[in-house]
Amino acid sequence: MTAETIVEAACVSKRFGSRLAVDRLDLRIPSGVCFGLLGPNGAGKTTTLRMIYGVTRPSSGEILVFGMDIARNPRAVRSRLGVTLQQNVLIEALSPEENLRVFGRYHLLSEPELSRRIGELIDFLELKSHAKVPVQKLSGGFQRRLAIALSLMNRPELLILDEPTTGLDPAVRLALWSRVRDLRAAGTTTLLTTHYMDEAQRLCDRVAIISGGKVMDEGAPPELIGKHLAPETVEFDCAPEEEPNLLGQPGLSLGRRLRVGKRVMIYLEDATPLIEHVRRHDRGDRRALVVRPTNLEDVFLALTGTSLEGGQ
Amino acid sequence: MSVSIPHALSVWRRNASMYRRTWKWNILPNFFEPVLYLLSIGVGVGAYITEMSGTSYSAFLAPALVCVAAMNGASFEVTYNIFVRLTFEKAYDAMLTTSIEPDDILAGEVLWAVTRSCIYGACFFIVLCLFGLTPLPFALLALPLIPFAGLLFAAIGIVFSLRIKGIDLFSFYYTLFLTPLFLFSDVFFPLKERLSGPWLWVAEALPLLHPVRLARAAFRGEPSLLLLWDFGYLLVVSTLLLFWARRAVRQRLTN
Repeated sequence: MTAETIVEAACVSKRFGSRLAVDRLDLRIPSGVCFGLLGPNGAGKTTTLRMIYGVTRPSSGEILVFGMDIARNPRAVRSRLGVTLQQNVLIEALSPEENLRVFGRYHLLSEPELSRRIGELIDFLELKSHAKVPVQKLSGGFQRRLAIALSLMNRPELLILDEPTTGLDPAVRLALWSRVRDLRAAGTTTLLTTHYMDEAQRLCDRVAIISGGKVMDEGAPPELIGKHLAPETVEFDCAPEEEPNLLGQPGLSLGRRLRVGKRVMIYLEDATPLIEHVRRHDRGDRRALVVRPTNLEDVFLALTGTSLEGGQ
Repeated sequence: MSVSIPHALSVWRRNASMYRRTWKWNILPNFFEPVLYLLSIGVGVGAYITEMSGTSYSAFLAPALVCVAAMNGASFEVTYNIFVRLTFEKAYDAMLTTSIEPDDILAGEVLWAVTRSCIYGACFFIVLCLFGLTPLPFALLALPLIPFAGLLFAAIGIVFSLRIKGIDLFSFYYTLFLTPLFLFSDVFFPLKERLSGPWLWVAEALPLLHPVRLARAAFRGEPSLLLLWDFGYLLVVSTLLLFWARRAVRQRLTN
Protein backbone atom coordinates (compact mmCIF):
# COMPACT_ATOMS: atom_id res chain seq x y z
CA MET A 1 0.00 0.00 0.00
CA THR A 2 1.30 3.42 -0.89
CA ALA A 3 1.15 6.43 1.39
CA GLU A 4 -1.44 8.05 -0.85
CA THR A 5 -4.07 5.37 -0.42
CA ILE A 6 -6.92 6.56 1.78
CA VAL A 7 -9.13 3.49 1.71
CA GLU A 8 -8.02 -0.02 0.93
CA ALA A 9 -10.47 -2.89 1.11
CA ALA A 10 -9.19 -6.38 0.40
CA CYS A 11 -11.58 -9.24 -0.33
CA VAL A 12 -14.27 -7.86 1.97
CA SER A 13 -17.52 -9.76 2.37
CA LYS A 14 -20.54 -9.09 4.51
CA ARG A 15 -23.28 -11.59 5.21
CA PHE A 16 -26.59 -10.75 6.90
CA GLY A 17 -28.06 -14.11 7.80
CA SER A 18 -28.31 -15.98 4.51
CA ARG A 19 -28.01 -12.84 2.36
CA LEU A 20 -24.59 -11.93 1.01
CA ALA A 21 -24.70 -8.12 0.87
CA VAL A 22 -21.08 -7.59 -0.14
CA ASP A 23 -19.15 -10.29 -1.96
CA ARG A 24 -15.33 -10.29 -1.96
CA LEU A 25 -15.08 -6.59 -2.66
CA ASP A 26 -11.73 -5.00 -3.47
CA LEU A 27 -11.42 -1.25 -3.45
CA ARG A 28 -8.58 1.21 -3.45
CA ILE A 29 -9.28 4.90 -3.11
CA PRO A 30 -6.30 7.16 -3.71
CA SER A 31 -5.82 10.41 -1.87
CA GLY A 32 -7.43 13.56 -3.28
CA VAL A 33 -9.85 11.96 -5.70
CA CYS A 34 -13.60 11.98 -5.82
CA PHE A 35 -14.55 8.31 -5.95
CA GLY A 36 -18.05 7.12 -6.83
CA LEU A 37 -19.71 3.85 -5.88
CA LEU A 38 -22.44 3.30 -8.42
CA GLY A 39 -25.07 0.68 -8.21
CA PRO A 40 -28.79 0.00 -8.10
CA ASN A 41 -30.68 0.00 -4.81
CA GLY A 42 -29.64 -3.03 -2.78
CA ALA A 43 -26.29 -3.39 -4.55
CA GLY A 44 -24.39 -3.16 -1.27
CA LYS A 45 -23.30 0.50 -1.48
CA THR A 46 -24.47 1.60 1.94
CA THR A 47 -23.16 -1.57 3.58
CA THR A 48 -19.78 -0.90 1.98
CA LEU A 49 -19.75 2.67 3.33
CA ARG A 50 -20.76 1.48 6.80
CA MET A 51 -17.89 -0.98 6.79
CA ILE A 52 -15.48 1.75 5.77
CA TYR A 53 -16.41 3.98 8.72
CA GLY A 54 -16.61 1.02 11.02
CA VAL A 55 -20.21 0.61 12.18
CA THR A 56 -20.68 -2.58 10.21
CA ARG A 57 -18.07 -5.28 10.69
CA PRO A 58 -17.07 -7.29 7.64
CA SER A 59 -17.77 -11.02 7.87
CA SER A 60 -14.37 -11.53 6.26
CA GLY A 61 -11.62 -9.40 4.78
CA GLU A 62 -9.91 -6.30 6.04
CA ILE A 63 -10.37 -2.56 5.51
CA LEU A 64 -7.60 -0.04 6.04
CA VAL A 65 -8.53 3.63 6.27
CA PHE A 66 -5.66 6.14 6.48
CA GLY A 67 -3.49 3.03 6.73
CA MET A 68 -5.21 1.89 9.94
CA ASP A 69 -7.40 -1.15 10.44
CA ILE A 70 -10.84 0.37 11.02
CA ALA A 71 -11.92 -2.60 13.15
CA ARG A 72 -9.13 -1.84 15.66
CA ASN A 73 -8.98 1.97 15.51
CA PRO A 74 -12.54 3.20 14.99
CA ARG A 75 -12.06 6.37 17.05
CA ALA A 76 -8.82 7.40 15.41
CA VAL A 77 -10.19 6.76 11.93
CA ARG A 78 -13.55 8.42 12.46
CA SER A 79 -12.00 11.54 13.95
CA ARG A 80 -10.49 12.14 10.50
CA LEU A 81 -13.52 11.46 8.33
CA GLY A 82 -17.01 12.87 7.87
CA VAL A 83 -20.16 11.07 6.79
CA THR A 84 -23.39 12.39 5.30
CA LEU A 85 -25.93 9.63 5.77
CA GLN A 86 -28.52 8.84 3.14
CA GLN A 87 -31.28 10.08 5.42
CA ASN A 88 -30.66 13.49 7.00
CA VAL A 89 -30.16 13.12 10.73
CA LEU A 90 -30.96 16.54 12.12
CA ILE A 91 -32.50 17.74 15.33
CA GLU A 92 -35.70 19.20 13.98
CA ALA A 93 -36.50 21.50 16.87
CA LEU A 94 -33.07 23.17 16.72
CA SER A 95 -31.75 25.70 14.21
CA PRO A 96 -28.89 24.92 11.81
CA GLU A 97 -26.55 26.83 14.09
CA GLU A 98 -27.60 24.80 17.12
CA ASN A 99 -27.40 21.53 15.18
CA LEU A 100 -23.85 22.40 14.19
CA ARG A 101 -23.05 23.21 17.81
CA VAL A 102 -24.31 19.85 19.06
CA PHE A 103 -22.42 18.05 16.33
CA GLY A 104 -19.23 20.01 16.96
CA ARG A 105 -19.33 18.83 20.55
CA TYR A 106 -19.47 15.21 19.37
CA HIS A 107 -16.09 16.01 17.84
CA LEU A 108 -15.00 17.57 21.15
CA LEU A 109 -14.62 21.03 19.64
CA SER A 110 -14.80 23.77 22.23
CA GLU A 111 -15.04 27.55 22.14
CA PRO A 112 -13.78 29.66 20.45
CA GLU A 113 -12.89 27.08 17.75
CA LEU A 114 -16.45 25.71 17.76
CA SER A 115 -18.11 29.05 16.93
CA ARG A 116 -15.49 29.85 14.34
CA ARG A 117 -16.04 26.53 12.58
CA ILE A 118 -19.84 26.95 12.70
CA GLY A 119 -19.45 30.37 11.05
CA GLU A 120 -17.23 28.94 8.31
CA LEU A 121 -19.65 26.13 7.52
CA ILE A 122 -22.67 28.42 7.49
CA ASP A 123 -20.84 30.55 4.94
CA PHE A 124 -19.55 27.62 2.91
CA LEU A 125 -22.96 25.98 2.50
CA GLU A 126 -24.81 29.32 2.28
CA LEU A 127 -27.01 28.71 5.29
CA LYS A 128 -26.77 32.22 6.69
CA SER A 129 -30.30 33.37 5.79
CA HIS A 130 -31.84 30.49 7.75
CA ALA A 131 -29.17 29.89 10.37
CA LYS A 132 -31.53 30.58 13.25
CA VAL A 133 -34.71 28.98 11.90
CA PRO A 134 -35.78 25.59 13.35
CA VAL A 135 -34.78 22.82 10.98
CA GLN A 136 -38.35 21.52 10.64
CA LYS A 137 -39.24 24.76 8.84
CA LEU A 138 -36.47 24.43 6.25
CA SER A 139 -36.82 23.09 2.72
CA GLY A 140 -35.34 19.74 1.71
CA GLY A 141 -32.44 21.48 -0.01
CA PHE A 142 -31.52 23.49 3.08
CA GLN A 143 -31.76 20.40 5.27
CA ARG A 144 -29.44 18.49 2.95
CA ARG A 145 -26.92 21.32 2.94
CA LEU A 146 -27.01 21.35 6.72
CA ALA A 147 -26.49 17.58 6.81
CA ILE A 148 -23.41 18.02 4.65
CA ALA A 149 -22.20 20.91 6.80
CA LEU A 150 -22.41 18.62 9.85
CA SER A 151 -20.18 16.06 8.20
CA LEU A 152 -17.57 18.74 7.51
CA MET A 153 -17.38 19.86 11.13
CA ASN A 154 -14.06 18.17 11.85
CA ARG A 155 -12.38 19.22 8.55
CA PRO A 156 -12.41 15.61 7.35
CA GLU A 157 -9.63 14.25 5.16
CA LEU A 158 -12.15 11.74 3.81
CA LEU A 159 -15.74 12.81 3.15
CA ILE A 160 -18.29 10.03 2.68
CA LEU A 161 -21.56 11.04 1.02
CA ASP A 162 -24.34 8.45 0.78
CA GLU A 163 -26.58 9.53 -2.09
CA PRO A 164 -25.97 13.23 -1.51
CA THR A 165 -28.50 14.63 -3.97
CA THR A 166 -31.34 12.09 -4.06
CA GLY A 167 -34.66 13.90 -4.10
CA LEU A 168 -33.23 17.40 -4.56
CA ASP A 169 -34.17 19.90 -7.24
CA PRO A 170 -31.69 20.63 -10.05
CA ALA A 171 -30.54 23.99 -8.68
CA VAL A 172 -29.69 22.50 -5.30
CA ARG A 173 -27.91 19.58 -6.95
CA LEU A 174 -25.76 21.96 -8.97
CA ALA A 175 -24.93 23.98 -5.87
CA LEU A 176 -23.95 20.85 -3.94
CA TRP A 177 -21.82 19.55 -6.77
CA SER A 178 -19.93 22.78 -6.83
CA ARG A 179 -19.28 22.50 -3.07
CA VAL A 180 -17.97 18.96 -3.53
CA ARG A 181 -15.63 20.25 -6.25
CA ASP A 182 -14.41 23.01 -3.93
CA LEU A 183 -13.63 20.43 -1.26
CA ARG A 184 -11.83 18.24 -3.73
CA ALA A 185 -9.78 21.21 -4.89
CA ALA A 186 -8.82 21.79 -1.27
CA GLY A 187 -7.52 18.22 -1.09
CA THR A 188 -10.42 16.38 0.55
CA THR A 189 -10.84 12.82 -0.66
CA THR A 190 -14.49 12.16 -1.38
CA LEU A 191 -16.30 8.85 -1.53
CA LEU A 192 -19.89 9.04 -2.69
CA THR A 193 -22.62 6.63 -3.65
CA THR A 194 -25.20 7.51 -6.23
CA HIS A 195 -27.50 5.98 -8.73
CA TYR A 196 -27.45 9.13 -10.83
CA MET A 197 -24.97 8.45 -13.57
CA ASP A 198 -24.79 12.11 -14.56
CA GLU A 199 -23.76 12.96 -11.03
CA ALA A 200 -21.02 10.34 -11.13
CA GLN A 201 -19.83 11.46 -14.54
CA ARG A 202 -19.65 15.11 -13.56
CA LEU A 203 -18.13 14.72 -10.13
CA CYS A 204 -16.10 11.57 -9.94
CA ASP A 205 -12.51 11.04 -11.00
CA ARG A 206 -12.98 7.34 -10.57
CA VAL A 207 -16.03 5.13 -10.20
CA ALA A 208 -16.66 1.54 -9.22
CA ILE A 209 -19.80 -0.06 -10.58
CA ILE A 210 -21.33 -2.41 -8.02
CA SER A 211 -24.02 -5.00 -8.52
CA GLY A 212 -25.02 -7.84 -6.25
CA GLY A 213 -22.31 -6.86 -3.76
CA LYS A 214 -19.52 -7.25 -6.32
CA VAL A 215 -17.41 -4.67 -8.13
CA MET A 216 -18.23 -5.17 -11.81
CA ASP A 217 -15.57 -2.74 -13.00
CA GLU A 218 -13.66 0.28 -11.82
CA GLY A 219 -11.92 3.21 -13.46
CA ALA A 220 -12.20 6.79 -14.68
CA PRO A 221 -15.59 7.41 -16.34
CA PRO A 222 -14.22 8.06 -19.90
CA GLU A 223 -11.95 5.05 -19.58
CA LEU A 224 -14.85 2.81 -18.55
CA ILE A 225 -17.02 4.06 -21.38
CA GLY A 226 -14.24 3.45 -23.92
CA LYS A 227 -13.56 0.02 -22.53
CA HIS A 228 -17.10 -1.32 -22.65
CA LEU A 229 -18.97 0.50 -25.39
CA ALA A 230 -18.55 2.40 -28.62
CA PRO A 231 -18.62 6.21 -28.35
CA GLU A 232 -21.90 6.94 -30.14
CA THR A 233 -25.30 5.84 -28.97
CA VAL A 234 -28.42 5.62 -31.07
CA GLU A 235 -31.51 5.27 -28.97
CA PHE A 236 -35.07 4.76 -30.20
CA ASP A 237 -38.36 3.03 -29.51
CA CYS A 238 -38.65 -0.46 -30.90
CA ALA A 239 -40.88 -3.19 -29.48
CA PRO A 240 -39.14 -6.59 -29.14
CA GLU A 241 -41.43 -8.19 -31.75
CA GLU A 242 -40.61 -5.66 -34.48
CA GLU A 243 -36.89 -5.82 -33.83
CA PRO A 244 -36.01 -8.69 -36.25
CA ASN A 245 -37.84 -6.87 -39.00
CA LEU A 246 -36.21 -3.50 -38.34
CA LEU A 247 -32.68 -4.49 -37.39
CA GLY A 248 -32.32 -8.01 -38.80
CA GLN A 249 -31.50 -6.83 -42.31
CA PRO A 250 -28.36 -8.24 -43.89
CA GLY A 251 -25.53 -5.80 -44.42
CA LEU A 252 -26.46 -3.64 -41.41
CA SER A 253 -23.49 -3.64 -39.04
CA LEU A 254 -24.58 -3.19 -35.46
CA GLY A 255 -22.56 -2.86 -32.31
CA ARG A 256 -23.64 -3.83 -28.81
CA ARG A 257 -27.39 -3.55 -28.24
CA LEU A 258 -29.17 -2.94 -24.93
CA ARG A 259 -32.85 -2.76 -24.19
CA VAL A 260 -34.88 -1.11 -21.43
CA GLY A 261 -38.55 -1.86 -22.02
CA LYS A 262 -39.48 -0.52 -25.44
CA ARG A 263 -36.31 1.50 -25.73
CA VAL A 264 -33.32 0.13 -27.61
CA MET A 265 -29.78 1.52 -27.35
CA ILE A 266 -27.20 0.67 -29.98
CA TYR A 267 -23.53 1.58 -29.54
CA LEU A 268 -21.51 2.39 -32.63
CA GLU A 269 -18.26 3.95 -33.81
CA ASP A 270 -20.29 5.77 -36.45
CA ALA A 271 -24.01 6.17 -36.04
CA THR A 272 -24.84 7.57 -39.49
CA PRO A 273 -25.62 4.32 -41.40
CA LEU A 274 -27.99 3.10 -38.69
CA ILE A 275 -29.81 6.43 -38.44
CA GLU A 276 -30.31 6.47 -42.19
CA HIS A 277 -31.50 2.87 -42.10
CA VAL A 278 -34.08 3.51 -39.39
CA ARG A 279 -35.36 6.67 -41.14
CA ARG A 280 -35.64 4.85 -44.46
CA HIS A 281 -37.50 2.01 -42.87
CA ASP A 282 -40.06 4.13 -41.06
CA ARG A 283 -40.03 7.57 -42.68
CA GLY A 284 -41.80 9.32 -39.78
CA ASP A 285 -40.08 10.15 -36.49
CA ARG A 286 -42.44 8.44 -34.04
CA ARG A 287 -39.56 6.38 -32.68
CA ALA A 288 -38.19 9.36 -30.74
CA LEU A 289 -34.76 8.63 -32.15
CA VAL A 290 -31.86 10.23 -30.33
CA VAL A 291 -28.17 10.24 -31.13
CA ARG A 292 -25.88 11.06 -28.23
CA PRO A 293 -22.44 10.36 -26.84
CA THR A 294 -22.27 7.13 -24.84
CA ASN A 295 -22.29 7.81 -21.10
CA LEU A 296 -21.81 6.09 -17.80
CA GLU A 297 -25.47 5.16 -17.65
CA ASP A 298 -24.93 2.95 -20.69
CA VAL A 299 -21.89 1.32 -19.14
CA PHE A 300 -23.89 0.76 -16.02
CA LEU A 301 -26.65 -0.91 -18.00
CA ALA A 302 -24.15 -2.97 -19.94
CA LEU A 303 -22.49 -4.21 -16.76
CA THR A 304 -25.43 -4.74 -14.46
CA GLY A 305 -28.04 -6.26 -16.72
CA THR A 306 -31.44 -5.37 -18.11
CA SER A 307 -29.59 -5.98 -21.31
CA LEU A 308 -30.05 -7.77 -24.56
CA GLU A 309 -26.87 -8.95 -26.14
CA GLY A 310 -26.56 -7.49 -29.62
CA GLY A 311 -23.82 -7.52 -32.20
CA GLN A 312 -21.89 -10.63 -33.00
CA MET B 1 -13.30 -0.15 23.83
CA SER B 2 -13.84 1.76 27.02
CA VAL B 3 -15.88 4.85 27.71
CA SER B 4 -14.43 8.19 26.71
CA ILE B 5 -15.78 10.64 29.28
CA PRO B 6 -15.63 13.73 26.99
CA HIS B 7 -17.57 11.89 24.29
CA ALA B 8 -20.12 10.61 26.80
CA LEU B 9 -20.54 14.17 28.05
CA SER B 10 -21.19 15.41 24.52
CA VAL B 11 -24.08 12.91 24.32
CA TRP B 12 -25.30 14.15 27.69
CA ARG B 13 -25.07 17.75 26.48
CA ARG B 14 -27.15 17.00 23.42
CA ASN B 15 -29.99 15.88 25.65
CA ALA B 16 -29.43 18.71 28.08
CA SER B 17 -29.60 21.32 25.33
CA MET B 18 -32.89 19.85 24.12
CA TYR B 19 -34.25 19.79 27.66
CA ARG B 20 -33.20 23.37 28.33
CA ARG B 21 -35.56 24.56 25.62
CA THR B 22 -38.59 23.01 27.24
CA TRP B 23 -37.68 22.72 30.91
CA LYS B 24 -40.21 25.29 32.05
CA TRP B 25 -43.02 23.11 30.75
CA ASN B 26 -41.35 19.85 31.66
CA ILE B 27 -40.66 20.77 35.22
CA LEU B 28 -44.19 21.87 36.16
CA PRO B 29 -45.64 18.33 36.21
CA ASN B 30 -42.73 17.38 38.47
CA PHE B 31 -44.18 19.73 41.05
CA PHE B 32 -47.83 18.89 40.54
CA GLU B 33 -47.52 15.14 40.72
CA PRO B 34 -46.27 14.95 44.33
CA VAL B 35 -48.72 17.59 45.44
CA LEU B 36 -51.60 15.52 44.05
CA TYR B 37 -50.35 12.32 45.68
CA LEU B 38 -49.79 14.00 48.98
CA LEU B 39 -53.20 15.61 48.96
CA SER B 40 -55.11 12.53 47.84
CA ILE B 41 -53.32 9.66 49.55
CA GLY B 42 -51.33 11.41 52.25
CA VAL B 43 -53.90 13.91 53.48
CA GLY B 44 -57.12 12.32 52.15
CA VAL B 45 -56.62 8.62 52.84
CA GLY B 46 -54.22 9.46 55.66
CA ALA B 47 -57.06 11.09 57.62
CA TYR B 48 -58.47 7.60 58.27
CA ILE B 49 -55.13 6.18 59.37
CA THR B 50 -53.93 7.15 62.81
CA GLU B 51 -50.42 5.91 62.29
CA MET B 52 -48.31 3.62 60.12
CA SER B 53 -45.10 2.02 61.34
CA GLY B 54 -45.01 4.54 64.14
CA THR B 55 -45.49 7.78 62.18
CA SER B 56 -48.28 9.76 60.58
CA TYR B 57 -49.34 8.36 57.21
CA SER B 58 -48.01 11.41 55.33
CA ALA B 59 -44.64 11.02 57.02
CA PHE B 60 -44.65 7.32 56.06
CA LEU B 61 -45.43 8.13 52.45
CA ALA B 62 -43.11 11.11 51.95
CA PRO B 63 -39.65 9.46 51.65
CA ALA B 64 -40.99 6.67 49.44
CA LEU B 65 -42.48 9.16 47.02
CA VAL B 66 -39.04 10.77 46.57
CA CYS B 67 -37.81 7.41 45.26
CA VAL B 68 -40.87 7.00 43.05
CA ALA B 69 -40.12 10.42 41.55
CA ALA B 70 -36.53 9.36 40.84
CA MET B 71 -37.79 6.12 39.28
CA ASN B 72 -40.24 7.98 37.05
CA GLY B 73 -37.70 10.60 35.99
CA ALA B 74 -35.17 8.02 34.87
CA SER B 75 -37.72 5.64 33.38
CA PHE B 76 -39.37 8.11 31.08
CA GLU B 77 -36.01 9.13 29.70
CA VAL B 78 -34.72 5.63 28.97
CA THR B 79 -37.97 4.33 27.53
CA TYR B 80 -39.83 6.68 25.20
CA ASN B 81 -37.09 9.24 24.75
CA ILE B 82 -34.34 6.73 24.01
CA PHE B 83 -36.59 4.81 21.67
CA VAL B 84 -37.39 8.00 19.75
CA ARG B 85 -33.72 8.93 19.48
CA LEU B 86 -32.87 5.40 18.40
CA THR B 87 -35.54 4.70 15.80
CA PHE B 88 -37.13 7.97 14.71
CA GLU B 89 -34.47 10.65 15.12
CA LYS B 90 -31.60 8.23 14.30
CA ALA B 91 -29.47 10.33 16.61
CA TYR B 92 -27.15 7.44 17.41
CA ASP B 93 -26.46 6.77 13.74
CA ALA B 94 -25.24 10.35 13.46
CA MET B 95 -23.11 10.05 16.60
CA LEU B 96 -21.46 6.92 15.25
CA THR B 97 -20.15 8.84 12.25
CA THR B 98 -17.94 10.76 14.70
CA SER B 99 -15.39 9.31 17.08
CA ILE B 100 -18.18 8.53 19.55
CA GLU B 101 -18.44 4.80 20.29
CA PRO B 102 -21.50 2.82 21.43
CA ASP B 103 -20.12 2.69 24.99
CA ASP B 104 -20.00 6.51 25.09
CA ILE B 105 -23.61 6.70 23.93
CA LEU B 106 -24.69 4.30 26.68
CA ALA B 107 -22.74 6.22 29.31
CA GLY B 108 -24.08 9.58 28.14
CA GLU B 109 -27.67 8.36 28.09
CA VAL B 110 -27.44 6.73 31.51
CA LEU B 111 -25.87 9.88 32.92
CA TRP B 112 -28.66 11.96 31.43
CA ALA B 113 -31.35 9.64 32.83
CA VAL B 114 -29.71 9.95 36.25
CA THR B 115 -29.75 13.72 35.81
CA ARG B 116 -33.46 13.64 35.05
CA SER B 117 -34.09 11.46 38.11
CA CYS B 118 -32.25 14.05 40.20
CA ILE B 119 -34.38 16.86 38.79
CA TYR B 120 -37.59 14.92 39.56
CA GLY B 121 -36.40 13.79 42.96
CA ALA B 122 -35.22 17.26 43.97
CA CYS B 123 -38.51 18.88 42.89
CA PHE B 124 -40.37 16.34 44.98
CA PHE B 125 -38.11 16.99 47.93
CA ILE B 126 -38.78 20.74 47.73
CA VAL B 127 -42.53 20.12 47.75
CA LEU B 128 -42.15 17.86 50.79
CA CYS B 129 -40.23 20.64 52.53
CA LEU B 130 -43.11 23.03 51.88
CA PHE B 131 -45.50 20.48 53.41
CA GLY B 132 -43.22 20.22 56.43
CA LEU B 133 -42.62 16.51 55.79
CA THR B 134 -38.83 16.55 55.75
CA PRO B 135 -37.45 16.14 59.26
CA LEU B 136 -34.12 17.98 59.16
CA PRO B 137 -31.27 17.27 59.12
CA PHE B 138 -31.84 13.51 58.61
CA ALA B 139 -34.06 13.87 55.56
CA LEU B 140 -31.14 15.45 53.71
CA LEU B 141 -29.43 12.06 53.82
CA ALA B 142 -32.03 10.85 51.35
CA LEU B 143 -30.83 13.28 48.67
CA PRO B 144 -27.67 11.34 47.70
CA LEU B 145 -29.86 8.25 47.24
CA ILE B 146 -31.75 9.82 44.37
CA PRO B 147 -29.04 9.33 41.71
CA PHE B 148 -28.56 5.70 42.79
CA ALA B 149 -32.26 5.01 42.48
CA GLY B 150 -32.16 6.79 39.10
CA LEU B 151 -29.19 4.69 37.98
CA LEU B 152 -30.98 1.44 38.81
CA PHE B 153 -34.09 2.35 36.83
CA ALA B 154 -32.04 3.81 33.99
CA ALA B 155 -30.22 0.48 33.70
CA ILE B 156 -33.41 -1.59 33.83
CA GLY B 157 -35.21 0.60 31.30
CA ILE B 158 -32.34 0.86 28.87
CA VAL B 159 -31.97 -2.91 28.63
CA PHE B 160 -35.70 -3.17 27.97
CA SER B 161 -35.67 -0.39 25.35
CA LEU B 162 -32.76 -1.89 23.44
CA ARG B 163 -34.36 -5.31 23.33
CA ILE B 164 -37.80 -4.40 22.02
CA LYS B 165 -38.80 -3.78 18.43
CA GLY B 166 -41.89 -1.61 18.75
CA ILE B 167 -42.80 1.40 20.86
CA ASP B 168 -46.14 -0.21 21.84
CA LEU B 169 -44.38 -2.57 24.24
CA PHE B 170 -43.62 0.31 26.59
CA SER B 171 -47.21 0.22 27.82
CA PHE B 172 -46.42 -3.25 29.21
CA TYR B 173 -43.32 -1.87 30.88
CA TYR B 174 -45.40 0.77 32.59
CA THR B 175 -48.55 -1.16 33.47
CA LEU B 176 -47.02 -4.55 34.27
CA PHE B 177 -43.70 -3.47 35.75
CA LEU B 178 -43.47 0.11 37.02
CA THR B 179 -47.05 0.42 38.30
CA PRO B 180 -46.94 -2.82 40.34
CA LEU B 181 -43.59 -1.74 41.73
CA PHE B 182 -45.11 1.58 42.73
CA LEU B 183 -48.02 -0.20 44.47
CA PHE B 184 -46.13 -3.02 46.21
CA SER B 185 -42.70 -1.72 47.23
CA ASP B 186 -43.30 -0.42 50.76
CA VAL B 187 -44.51 2.88 49.34
CA PHE B 188 -48.10 2.77 50.62
CA PHE B 189 -47.87 0.09 53.33
CA PRO B 190 -45.07 -1.91 54.96
CA LEU B 191 -44.75 -5.24 53.17
CA LYS B 192 -43.30 -6.98 56.18
CA GLU B 193 -46.54 -6.44 58.13
CA ARG B 194 -48.66 -7.88 55.29
CA LEU B 195 -46.55 -10.70 53.84
CA SER B 196 -45.22 -13.75 55.57
CA GLY B 197 -42.60 -16.44 55.12
CA PRO B 198 -41.17 -17.02 51.66
CA TRP B 199 -43.16 -14.13 50.12
CA LEU B 200 -41.06 -11.69 52.10
CA TRP B 201 -37.99 -13.16 50.45
CA VAL B 202 -39.55 -12.92 47.03
CA ALA B 203 -40.38 -9.27 47.67
CA GLU B 204 -36.68 -8.55 48.20
CA ALA B 205 -36.29 -8.90 44.43
CA LEU B 206 -38.41 -5.79 43.82
CA PRO B 207 -36.02 -3.04 42.75
CA LEU B 208 -38.01 -0.11 44.13
CA LEU B 209 -38.18 -1.66 47.60
CA HIS B 210 -34.50 -0.97 48.30
CA PRO B 211 -34.29 2.76 47.62
CA VAL B 212 -37.60 3.19 49.47
CA ARG B 213 -36.24 1.46 52.56
CA LEU B 214 -33.06 3.50 52.39
CA ALA B 215 -34.91 6.80 52.01
CA ARG B 216 -37.32 6.01 54.82
CA ALA B 217 -34.46 5.08 57.14
CA ALA B 218 -32.75 8.35 56.21
CA PHE B 219 -35.87 10.43 56.99
CA ARG B 220 -36.23 8.68 60.34
CA GLY B 221 -32.54 8.69 61.12
CA GLU B 222 -32.65 4.94 61.82
CA PRO B 223 -29.54 3.18 60.52
CA SER B 224 -29.51 -0.62 60.37
CA LEU B 225 -27.49 -3.44 58.86
CA LEU B 226 -30.32 -4.23 56.47
CA LEU B 227 -29.49 -0.97 54.68
CA LEU B 228 -26.15 -2.39 53.57
CA TRP B 229 -28.04 -5.11 51.73
CA ASP B 230 -30.32 -2.45 50.17
CA PHE B 231 -27.42 -0.34 49.03
CA GLY B 232 -25.51 -3.39 47.80
CA TYR B 233 -28.55 -4.42 45.77
CA LEU B 234 -28.65 -0.99 44.09
CA LEU B 235 -25.00 -1.12 43.14
CA VAL B 236 -24.74 -4.75 42.09
CA VAL B 237 -27.96 -4.96 40.11
CA SER B 238 -27.23 -1.63 38.35
CA THR B 239 -23.74 -2.79 37.42
CA LEU B 240 -24.90 -6.15 36.09
CA LEU B 241 -27.63 -4.55 34.02
CA LEU B 242 -25.23 -1.97 32.62
CA PHE B 243 -22.94 -4.74 31.40
CA TRP B 244 -25.93 -6.31 29.73
CA ALA B 245 -26.93 -2.95 28.27
CA ARG B 246 -23.44 -2.54 26.89
CA ARG B 247 -23.78 -5.68 24.82
CA ALA B 248 -27.29 -4.73 23.79
CA VAL B 249 -26.27 -1.26 22.63
CA ARG B 250 -23.47 -2.69 20.49
CA GLN B 251 -25.77 -5.23 18.92
CA ARG B 252 -28.43 -2.64 18.25
CA LEU B 253 -26.19 0.09 16.82
CA THR B 254 -23.51 -1.82 14.97
CA ASN B 255 -23.69 -4.97 12.93
